[in-house]
Amino acid sequence: MIELKNVQKSFADLQVLNGVSMTIQDHEIYGIIGQSGAGKSTLLRCINGLESYNGGEILVDGEPVSVHDRQSLRQLQKKMGMIFQNFNLLNRLDVYDNVALPMKFWGMKTKTPEAKKKIEGLIELVGLSDKIHARPRELSGGQKQRVAIARALVLDPEILLCDEATSALDPAITREILSLLQEINRKMGLTIIVVTHQMEVVKQICERVSFLKGGSVLAEGKPEELFVRPIPEVKQFLQEESGHLPSDGVNIQLFFTNESSDEPVITMMARELGIDFSICWAKLEDFRSSIFGSLVINIHAEDQQKVCGYLDEKKVLWEVLNDVD
Amino acid sequence: MWTNIINASVQTLYMVFWSTLFSVLLGFIPAVVLTLTAPDGLKPNKAVYEILSFIVNVFRSFPFIILLVIIIPFTRFIAGKSIGTTAAIVPLTVSAIPYIARVFETSLRETDRGVIEAARSFGASDWQILFRVYIKESIPRMLNGIILLIISLIGYSAMAGTVGGGGLGDIAIRYGYQAYNTEYLIYCSIILIVFVQLIQMAGNYIFRKLS
Repeated sequence: MIELKNVQKSFADLQVLNGVSMTIQDHEIYGIIGQSGAGKSTLLRCINGLESYNGGEILVDGEPVSVHDRQSLRQLQKKMGMIFQNFNLLNRLDVYDNVALPMKFWGMKTKTPEAKKKIEGLIELVGLSDKIHARPRELSGGQKQRVAIARALVLDPEILLCDEATSALDPAITREILSLLQEINRKMGLTIIVVTHQMEVVKQICERVSFLKGGSVLAEGKPEELFVRPIPEVKQFLQEESGHLPSDGVNIQLFFTNESSDEPVITMMARELGIDFSICWAKLEDFRSSIFGSLVINIHAEDQQKVCGYLDEKKVLWEVLNDVD
Repeated sequence: MWTNIINASVQTLYMVFWSTLFSVLLGFIPAVVLTLTAPDGLKPNKAVYEILSFIVNVFRSFPFIILLVIIIPFTRFIAGKSIGTTAAIVPLTVSAIPYIARVFETSLRETDRGVIEAARSFGASDWQILFRVYIKESIPRMLNGIILLIISLIGYSAMAGTVGGGGLGDIAIRYGYQAYNTEYLIYCSIILIVFVQLIQMAGNYIFRKLS
């Protein structure tokens, strides 16, 4: 378990982290999302001691992360593998030696039969057995990230930190890398923390997510909770526009969660209440394996009470949209 | 004439070989110190970096021919004499150390910051980062620096004639220019061109192999 309590961090007079608190459970895939400059990467670097922090506390399995205690920090770093946006492989080492490198830092032999078995096993896990002696420059971006993932796993970590790991990859490759991360999470039970500015990443793999802005957590929860019915800051981040909604009548936004999206509520409502309305805007989104949606309807002002009552009865979440920009 | 030219060629190679070897070995140390103490290094230390950097610059500003004369007492102390081919290795080395220090420093500092950060995230110590990342990744760039050094040392060794160092440059001036023996000038020049070409070609080949 990773606990962050009121973490503060500043560079000179720039406050980067402003009292960040979160708890990340074992074996979960946790997302930290936000725009560039929100402090996400700095936060991740504080967790494994690449950066120091000025206030608050970070505990990994109850142990404080402190850059001042080099020995215990090293032990903690062994528990945490990390992958990066730019892969950060050594150009002059082949795939095998890149994966083996962290073992060398720990004085482990990398050519013994057991070591070989382990390293080759990891290279197989990431699907690069045929490239085992290739140099990084002979690999594509996605393949480089696979090598980096194998390298991050070689010390048997319990936690995998991903710093914008898919930001330099195209959408198809991003999906492949994300499925690989999911597979690792399931097979090996690793806790995975994903820092990203890409909604897709959070939607595809994260079980819980924090939205960071200006060094503070503005929202935390399941991605579907955060993004289907977003708070204004998240909405701004998503740059989601409900289009031009009619200015007369009442606009109501409906939110469909996993349980409610099966019933044909909209057509049922029209029939049962005997009213007319127009559908102004709608979207459906995949979150991991579930589908969530949202819909804006425009009704006559006099129907508002009836409609709201009906929606409550059907347990559909809704809100009235006023003065949409 | 050919005996002279062959002897001179051997002298040139002898001076260049030893001064390259010594300056690479001795220049490596300040290069590492500069890299470590640089503002973006593993152990930033402004005072050490600035002072060492200043010393390197001072030695690099001397024209070789002047350095050669100024350090004669030092040459005598090291080589036991101040003239001759062996003695010429001392000023050549002294002039090459700051050059190689700077070239190696630049090569080392070109190492990708991200790779260093990755190494640190796996718990690497500063020494491990220095050897397994900085130096390992910089070898091809450092090799390029050495090739450049060898080529400029071939040029500098021509001036070693001033202290009786001999070599191709020396006989080209003495027999060729001063004694109006144009053939010497031409042959010596051709041999020097061939040397430089061969070294550059070998350098490029090894660079490709290493990187």
